[in-house]
Amino acid sequence: MNLCTDQLAMMVAGEGQLMSVSYLASAPRSSAMVKQAARFQANHGLAEEIYLMQPDLVIAGSFSTRATVDMLKRLGIPVVVVDPAYSLEDVRARLTQMGEVLGQQDRAAQLVTDFDAQLAAYRSDIETRPRAALYYANGYTSGDKTLAGQILATAGLANIAAEQGFSASGIIPLEVLAMAQPDTVITSRPYPAASRAEEVKGHPVIEALRRSRPEASMTDSDWVCGTPFVLRAIDDMVALRREMQDARQ
Amino acid sequence: MTRLALLLSTLVLALFIAALVVGPADIGIYQSLKALFVDDEGPMTLVMREVRLPRALLAVMIGGSLGLAGAAMQGYLRNPLADPGLIGVSGSAALAAVLAIQTGLAASFAFGLPLSALAGALIGVFLVLVLAGPRGSSLTLILAGIAISALAGAFTSLVLNLSPNPFAANEIVFWMMGSLADKSMTHVWVALPLIVLGALMLATMARGLDALTLGEDAAEAMGIGLRRIRLTLIFGTAAVVGASTAVAGAIGFVGLVVPHLLRPFVGARPSRLLWASAFGGAAMLLAADIAVRAILPARDLKLGVVTALVGAPLFLHLIYLTRREGL
Amino acid sequence: MRLLTLTDFGVTRRKRDILRGVNLSVGTGELVGIIGPNGAGKTTLMRAALGLIDCIGHSSICALSPRERGRAVAWMPQSREIAWPVDVETLVMLGRTPHFVTGQRPRDEDLAAVARAMQRMDLTEFKGRTAMRLSGGEQARVLIARALAQETPLLMADEPIAGLDPAHQIATMRSFVDLARDGHSVIVSLHDLGLAARHCARLIVIDKGGIAADGPPRDVLTPALVRGTFGIRAYLESTPDGFVFQPLEVVA
Repeated sequence: MNLCTDQLAMMVAGEGQLMSVSYLASAPRSSAMVKQAARFQANHGLAEEIYLMQPDLVIAGSFSTRATVDMLKRLGIPVVVVDPAYSLEDVRARLTQMGEVLGQQDRAAQLVTDFDAQLAAYRSDIETRPRAALYYANGYTSGDKTLAGQILATAGLANIAAEQGFSASGIIPLEVLAMAQPDTVITSRPYPAASRAEEVKGHPVIEALRRSRPEASMTDSDWVCGTPFVLRAIDDMVALRREMQDARQ
Repeated sequence: MTRLALLLSTLVLALFIAALVVGPADIGIYQSLKALFVDDEGPMTLVMREVRLPRALLAVMIGGSLGLAGAAMQGYLRNPLADPGLIGVSGSAALAAVLAIQTGLAASFAFGLPLSALAGALIGVFLVLVLAGPRGSSLTLILAGIAISALAGAFTSLVLNLSPNPFAANEIVFWMMGSLADKSMTHVWVALPLIVLGALMLATMARGLDALTLGEDAAEAMGIGLRRIRLTLIFGTAAVVGASTAVAGAIGFVGLVVPHLLRPFVGARPSRLLWASAFGGAAMLLAADIAVRAILPARDLKLGVVTALVGAPLFLHLIYLTRREGL
Repeated sequence: MRLLTLTDFGVTRRKRDILRGVNLSVGTGELVGIIGPNGAGKTTLMRAALGLIDCIGHSSICALSPRERGRAVAWMPQSREIAWPVDVETLVMLGRTPHFVTGQRPRDEDLAAVARAMQRMDLTEFKGRTAMRLSGGEQARVLIARALAQETPLLMADEPIAGLDPAHQIATMRSFVDLARDGHSVIVSLHDLGLAARHCARLIVIDKGGIAADGPPRDVLTPALVRGTFGIRAYLESTPDGFVFQPLEVVA
């Protein structure tokens, strides 16, 4: 009943082990496993509907509604609460945990091995680190103690937010961003229908910072959850770094 | 009078400069002002011209608008509790702005957003005047305001919750509390024409508001056109409040606090209170916006929070006074 | 010269005639008292004559533009509203409103008019006081002074002396007499028939939606009219001190 645990479970679970995933797992904007999710019944994280499915186990994220989780526990349904991943190391840990929970230790171990192998490939060839800024709706950014920050670091980009002293996520004032003069500004893709929160991404300052510089936007589905799909995000960022280094030469 | 004008304009100027040099980016006072006037083709000029200047200008424009609108409404209703934020005018403007953004009307042409907010504000002022009546007794005025604010707030939340955009729901706070964070010169140009137009309209009411001190009958018999003054009030207030709300959300209490504080200094004359409140409102919003940035720079504290912290206790005090004097 | 002429004048509210068939005319130098029982339509007549409410028939004041009207007649409504704590002089100065051009500051003649009006109402010492904090009677005098400061040929006042002490009631009526002597005209509605009889040169009695009588007090306040219109018996006598009218008792 959580977007990220859903995806981990879909990767690790064996045939017939998984009954239902949250409706978010089928949302193309946020989920990287829309096709797989379509095979399962969708739930909306409500205690009532989940109870009626009579599952042997419920896997919830630690951000899932407390009331729902407590209610399910009171109704006698075992609930495992999985913390979100804040780092690449967490991704490995969550895969392993999911393997234990579902009794699929071997599959999980395999996934971790593959993940490690690919990660190792990135760690080789980085000489210069262009400075990038992550900039989301409402002026949020991510520091180095976040999954997004680690994606940047692994891809060989220096994080402006970390320079400015952000370790977790927070609001970076527009003027601080402007003064930091990042080599690139990476924003999330706009959602359908306008919103004020996203308007700031079109602010003249951001436009000035992006002018004549390579830019990139994030594919949310690869960035939000600590699953091996972050590797795709890292690939995107590596491509961006190469483009910037080529442009400079 | 001239001394007060001098004092207020100096205050506004000083706060304006302070608003330009205070900010999370560490730039010296001299450097920042120099970068504002001389293009260094670097980030400093960008910050000064595209981040701080529009923010300070909007604080002046919107603060002035709200102070002026408050003074005009109070003068017309002869009630010191009238404030565009409290009586639902800002709330209905915000609702219309949200609708304009969600339906795409705001994106279709440059003035789509402020004009929609103006239409919303018009409905708000009109409803308040119909519900509260011409004399605007405190009780009916506040009750009408509560009803309109609640309704507008509920619809605003509903529209934002129904939006397919996941960030929309978080914006409820912005629309209810208001903020000047990350505004650009585009916002200034979009809001300016309506604010200037509305302010000019409200300024023509000066003599009429003075005469209304004696009641509607006496004022009308002295040659004051009540119908015209009512229409001027409705359109003028809707224009300034609508344009302000469209770019900065609903900021409450400025129109309440400022006229109340300045009334003794203008001999309680509604005409002189108009321009004094415009200056005072600009000063108050500049100060509030500086406070927002100085106290919690990384938290995006909403402006309306600061104005409400100052304004709500005063509002309670005014209600108490109103009861005691049986106004 | 006629300062006010009403011809076939009436007021209809919710399809009911409140006033009808009123014909009257007021020239210069007159002090006219309008009397009548509660609800007879005294206030309605005055407000309609000013054009503040819809009317039928012709009123010479209604025909004026708002600005001309403000210079032709000063109106003092019955409700004594003072909305803001302004000082007395500022309040009286509001009477000069119709004489200002937009954006103009008070000229010497405006200041002089205000000083004259305050003098007449015995208010000079109250000049800098806050009007709202004065007693009810003092506020009434301030508001009369405001109307006087308008310095119009005609002054209309709705129960201006209600709530004043006897000395100020008499003084106010005297100042109206003085105004009339100076060539202005004053139309006042009054409940105190004694003061009306004593000071007004002409009384108009409003009853049952029309004018019941119009003329000098001596001719108007006949025992029959007093009984028919007001339902009272009164003592009426010409004395060396003038006409004396004293209501005595209610008659069935």
